[in-house]
Amino acid sequence: MNRTLSPNFSDETPSHSTRLAKNASLVAGYPLKEEEDLLLSVKGLITQLRNGTRIVDDISFGIRAGETFALLGESGCGKSMTALSLLRLLPDGVVHAGGTAQLNGVELFGLRERGMRDVRGGTAAMIFQEPALSLNPVLTVGQQIAEALALHQNLRGAAARQRCAELLAQVGIPDAARRVTEYPFQFSGGMKQRVMIAMALAGQPKLLIADEPTTALDVTIQAQVLQLLRDTQDATGMSLLLITHDLGVVAEMAHRVGVMYAGQIIEQASRTQLFAKPLHPYTQQLFAALPDAARRNQPLAAIPGSVPPPGSIARGCRFAPRCDKAWELCNEQTPEWTILNDGRGVRCHLYQDRGSRIEDREKTPSPPAPLPQAGEGNSILTPRSLILQVSDLQVHFPIRKGILQRVTGQVKAVNGISLEIPQGRTLALVGESGCGKTTLGKALLQLIPPTAGSVQLAGRELTGLAARELRTRRAAMQMVFQDPYASLNPKMRVAEILEEGMAALNIGSGSATRQTLIDTLLDQVGLARSAKWRYPHEFSGGQRQRIAIARALAVSPQLLICDEPTSALDVSVQAQILNLLRSLQQELNLSYLFITHNLAVVEYIAHEVCVMYLGRIVERGTAEEVLRTPKHPYTQALLSAMPRIDGSARERIKLAGDLPSPANPPPGCHFAPRCAHASARCREAYPEERNVAATHTVRCHHA
Amino acid sequence: MSFTPVILWSDALVFLLLAVGVAAAWYIRRHEHLLLPWRRVAQSAAAMVSLLVLSLFLLVGLLDTLHYRAALPEKNGGETVYSPEVLSVLDKLVEPLRTHTEKTYSAPLAVTLYAKESLSDAQGNVLRDYPRLRYGGAHLADESQLASDILKRALLGALGGLLAGLLLALGGKRWLAQRRLPLRPLLIATLAIAALAGATAYLAAAYHVLGTDKVGQDVLYLSLKSIRTGLIIGTVTTLVTLPLALLLGIAAGYFRGWVDDAIQYVYTVLSSIPSVLLIAAAVLMMQVTIETHPQWFDTSASRADLRLVFLCLILGMTSWTGLCRLLRGETLKLRELEYIQAAQSFGVSSLRILTRHIVPNVMHIILISLVMDFSALVLAEAVLSYVGVGVDPSMISFGTMINAARLEMGREPMVWWALAAAFGFMLVLVLAANLFADAVRDAFDPRLNRTEVAA
Amino acid sequence: MLAYLLRRILYAVPILIGVNLLTFTLFFVVNTPDDMARMQLGIKRVTPEAIEKWKQQHGYDKPLLVNSTASGAGKITDTIFWRKSASMFVFDFGYSDDGRSIGHEIVTRMGPSLAIALPTFLIGLIAYVSFALLMTLFRATALDIAGVALCVLLMSVSGLFYIIGGQFVVSKLWHLVPISGYDGGIGSFKFVVLPIAIGVASGIGSSSRWYRTIFLEEIGKDYVRTARAKGLSELRVLFRHVLKNAMIPILTGVVVVIPLLFMGSLLTESFFGIPGLGSYTIDAINAQDFSVVRAMVFLGSALYIAGLILTDISYTMVDPLVRLS
Repeated sequence: MNRTLSPNFSDETPSHSTRLAKNASLVAGYPLKEEEDLLLSVKGLITQLRNGTRIVDDISFGIRAGETFALLGESGCGKSMTALSLLRLLPDGVVHAGGTAQLNGVELFGLRERGMRDVRGGTAAMIFQEPALSLNPVLTVGQQIAEALALHQNLRGAAARQRCAELLAQVGIPDAARRVTEYPFQFSGGMKQRVMIAMALAGQPKLLIADEPTTALDVTIQAQVLQLLRDTQDATGMSLLLITHDLGVVAEMAHRVGVMYAGQIIEQASRTQLFAKPLHPYTQQLFAALPDAARRNQPLAAIPGSVPPPGSIARGCRFAPRCDKAWELCNEQTPEWTILNDGRGVRCHLYQDRGSRIEDREKTPSPPAPLPQAGEGNSILTPRSLILQVSDLQVHFPIRKGILQRVTGQVKAVNGISLEIPQGRTLALVGESGCGKTTLGKALLQLIPPTAGSVQLAGRELTGLAARELRTRRAAMQMVFQDPYASLNPKMRVAEILEEGMAALNIGSGSATRQTLIDTLLDQVGLARSAKWRYPHEFSGGQRQRIAIARALAVSPQLLICDEPTSALDVSVQAQILNLLRSLQQELNLSYLFITHNLAVVEYIAHEVCVMYLGRIVERGTAEEVLRTPKHPYTQALLSAMPRIDGSARERIKLAGDLPSPANPPPGCHFAPRCAHASARCREAYPEERNVAATHTVRCHHA
Repeated sequence: MSFTPVILWSDALVFLLLAVGVAAAWYIRRHEHLLLPWRRVAQSAAAMVSLLVLSLFLLVGLLDTLHYRAALPEKNGGETVYSPEVLSVLDKLVEPLRTHTEKTYSAPLAVTLYAKESLSDAQGNVLRDYPRLRYGGAHLADESQLASDILKRALLGALGGLLAGLLLALGGKRWLAQRRLPLRPLLIATLAIAALAGATAYLAAAYHVLGTDKVGQDVLYLSLKSIRTGLIIGTVTTLVTLPLALLLGIAAGYFRGWVDDAIQYVYTVLSSIPSVLLIAAAVLMMQVTIETHPQWFDTSASRADLRLVFLCLILGMTSWTGLCRLLRGETLKLRELEYIQAAQSFGVSSLRILTRHIVPNVMHIILISLVMDFSALVLAEAVLSYVGVGVDPSMISFGTMINAARLEMGREPMVWWALAAAFGFMLVLVLAANLFADAVRDAFDPRLNRTEVAA
Repeated sequence: MLAYLLRRILYAVPILIGVNLLTFTLFFVVNTPDDMARMQLGIKRVTPEAIEKWKQQHGYDKPLLVNSTASGAGKITDTIFWRKSASMFVFDFGYSDDGRSIGHEIVTRMGPSLAIALPTFLIGLIAYVSFALLMTLFRATALDIAGVALCVLLMSVSGLFYIIGGQFVVSKLWHLVPISGYDGGIGSFKFVVLPIAIGVASGIGSSSRWYRTIFLEEIGKDYVRTARAKGLSELRVLFRHVLKNAMIPILTGVVVVIPLLFMGSLLTESFFGIPGLGSYTIDAINAQDFSVVRAMVFLGSALYIAGLILTDISYTMVDPLVRLS
């Protein structure tokens, strides 16, 4: 077993002096000397569908007491199924088919169902991704927590009520004693997740399994919940099995990491090791696919294709079809789990010394060619013609109340927004859910009639146009939607989908011309021409998003409104779409309004940034200005809440509370109640827009 | 020509439905994604056996829908005169069943009437005994041969049926295998049905297999004739329900605002009246209209037929609200989907969005609801006819059969066969329809066929 | 919440007006009173005088909507619409063709109808929910599959056969209870027990299967997984979590029929000779007594609308979202 890797190895792979671990008695995959250290020890876990398709295929890992172990992987890789297997909560049709799991010295798969019930919520508790769906809507949160207390702590009656309030207070819910009797719908998303955590803590578990605990939450709320998990762990000494797809969350939370791909753990290491030097080509490419400011002006290293469905690859390495380092062996032989002598484990032929075809392995991908720099740099100062000019746009929705449904107020979803987008540039609109950014996008397209204000597209006013006149202007502005599964009609072929807009706007005379146009479009977005005879369900999420982009491009727009176009996609696929959008911009001189909550994507793609809070833009400027020298406290908080993979120490700005309801915004500066710098003036008057630099404006009394 | 074809109103509607069905099938065959759920239906053994049974019922119903009037032997100045009696191809095929009427009740496979009568023998002595039937078992010289004759006929008939079934099965086997249909259950069902049909047919040639009713009509014949009535109620009604529910449902959901308010108001008003009462009221009014306008109908068959059509119309008018509500809800969901908004942002017209985006995506709801409603309507016919607001009393249907037989419940010993026949035929028809509907729902409902597991 | 209920109640008014207009159209516009008279008197030999006399006897000798001969408010009130249709809003139903007060008949016949319908409803609800829960507990096992198959079989049998078969077996073969009839007070027990049993049995197929679907849908939701992850037993998950949530869709279908129980069941009552509103309606239909049918249509929809309001009230009890917002 004592093998050295080839000295020819390039430095993308581990240093050639790395030696494989000797201790064969070690359980594969974790660098521990004694097994007694382990709170949870999983060996050879296999979970499969009734028809034998393996969803989780031979997984081994261990978690020490007080430790956070992260299972990292893209959607469909089997990480949630791993967690559900451990608690034996698999959905119907999925079964445990092998392997063992010792929790606190108890073999979970040897327990009777009755014994298992003591484990669930007792030794091991679990929280889930969707707090809104994971709580029973017709029971009060107190009743739901009390159930766990009765089962595992034998607390009932007043003592249980007392403990419920304590638990809610412990997870940071203000006014806990009163809120015990409230129902889940009376809590915000972040608060619901806190309730879930309180419920999990009720049984004083030794292990908490958190399945994507913050994926459904906004970034400022995510920061709060992650902090709560860390604090709880410090206070109780419990272990945490954290399941996530987010490298940033892993960097902030994990002690050790297992990277999953297509049902297997393909790499396992401590957080520092992993982030310092990922070994598996998949992990490496995952890192390379992350957008950030440093990669501006160059394409991201996207991983081609998508995760194979379970059971589709019978032989060879499951990543081989997408791997840039793969050679014949990878397709023929499944790589063994290999433990290197610094304790890390990896499942890749590169780290098994076969002494053959070393030169092939060395073949590194040619670094992505930098994009031509189309007027980068000081371009803001060089005048460009404006494609979109919005001034003082307002979209209000009436609130109806009472017996006669009279209008009693207005939700000011968009409240006086002004912005401009120059030709060929990208403006990012950043904000948390509920801030009105999607409403703004739809109002620009006149899908929602604006209440007031003006929208000028290439110098011509859109608001108040009659339907027929509006139609002639529609070609210039199109939208790319968030959910690639909901944005394509499942009953239409790709060709029909692409042709719809052309037919509606009379583009391309005759069907022959349109067919040629469709072929060109498919080429442009990187799909095979044969795709046009197929139906959407035959494509993966990334491919669907390409079709959606092609549909928008079909009418040759000058401006694309992209509403969270990558938030439903995996990181590796997100990189493909971002690359595509970038190259289309270069080619066609497109302008983008990029609506997103993901600041990393903003850093990568945007030229200018607007930050939106409760229907208003609180800060705008070039990407450099807003992201490097943020002036508004909200922008600063957003930036500090974003988990970063460099793990750099930075000042964390804690935001208190949730986003207020836009139906009833706080008086004065809407951000004042959550702002650390707020003064009396902030609570009285909404701040005017002020210039802090030529192109940098902010709405804050203190900036 | 020895006959002239007659197309009653209900016949025309059936042909229309048939044409729509054939067109839909042709369209679906050419679109792979539409065919996909049907393939799932075809994989289900229960569904395919049910479909086999249903198609037999359908065949009987269709044969009974091809109407004609036979030419009478006498001529009127060179012009052919046609009988006023409207017959169907089915009537012609089972002519002996139709014409061999006895005097009154007789039990299944009996050779005598059910009640004793005063008879006079050759010597002129009057005695009370069960008189022999005119047709049932008339070929038997002696009643004691009855059991062996029945057995012989049943076996021979079953054997003949089996042979025919086997031939059919061998012919269809390759066709079935190519389409990967559930082979064994279908074969077994075919053979069983063939044997049963063979035995029944051979027995029916000489006996009243299911007995006779009060006026001596063969109950098997009545049951066969009832099938068409049931099928028409179950299918023609959808010709009314479907356009109303589809049009109003998606209009309400898509346009919202006052259109929605108005449509919701109409269906809430309609659905707030208990349906039996509304149907009863409407049918009563229809009766008044029909009775006060006798001049509208040239034959009694056309009168009964028009009443059937009106009944379907009334059933349709009172039962579209449920489907309409479903479609409105689904459209409300669909209109918020991003592909609709994408179409709107191209300025695609509302009509085009409705036809290209909304309608294709609610078709599964319509289909599921139609197949589920079919059996409910067949059952409703029986109840309505019992209540007295169903089909014309002169029209043969399961409801009128039950209604007539029910009056004999108190008789000792009980006359049970007409009830049993109606019960058996209805159960088979409705059960097959229900099983088929279940398979269709399983295959089409997106909420039910989620087999992929999100990890 | 109070505003919500008030709004629902106000919403009932236009609906009732709609029902009233519909029945008016159906009974007086589609066929004129002359047609009705001709029908009642026999089509063949009928004189205009006889028609006039019949109309006068039954109060149909007025104009439909506007009486131009009358003066003042009489222009509106002295019409068929006002006398026969609008009066139903104050539950004044007038007289049947045999001259009896319909309102009085309704009041006296409600009791027997309720005596059958209420127990049928309650026992049925408990039986169907229990059966459905049982199938859900043993889901995807042989027991569940057999249960569903039984349900499909049971729902394929016409309601008429449940009654005829039940009467035949229980009353005629076994002589356990009388075939039909009714008695007041305690004595009625032997008359109502069979109709109730048959009523419950005839609904078990479709209802249990439907509730099972609701339970299964509910059991696939995320909060059920949370409850299991707490360590709750499957029974407790089913009874405390699933049942409570499933009651919301079940209530939608069930509460609405409670007021309609007053109307009784047409079939059951007429087969068992129970002097309730159901058999009253059937008799009226057979006798073509339009006044009674019209009254029953209006009463039925008024009760249905009452059911809708009851449903809204019951929502506020089971769904905290409705109660608290």
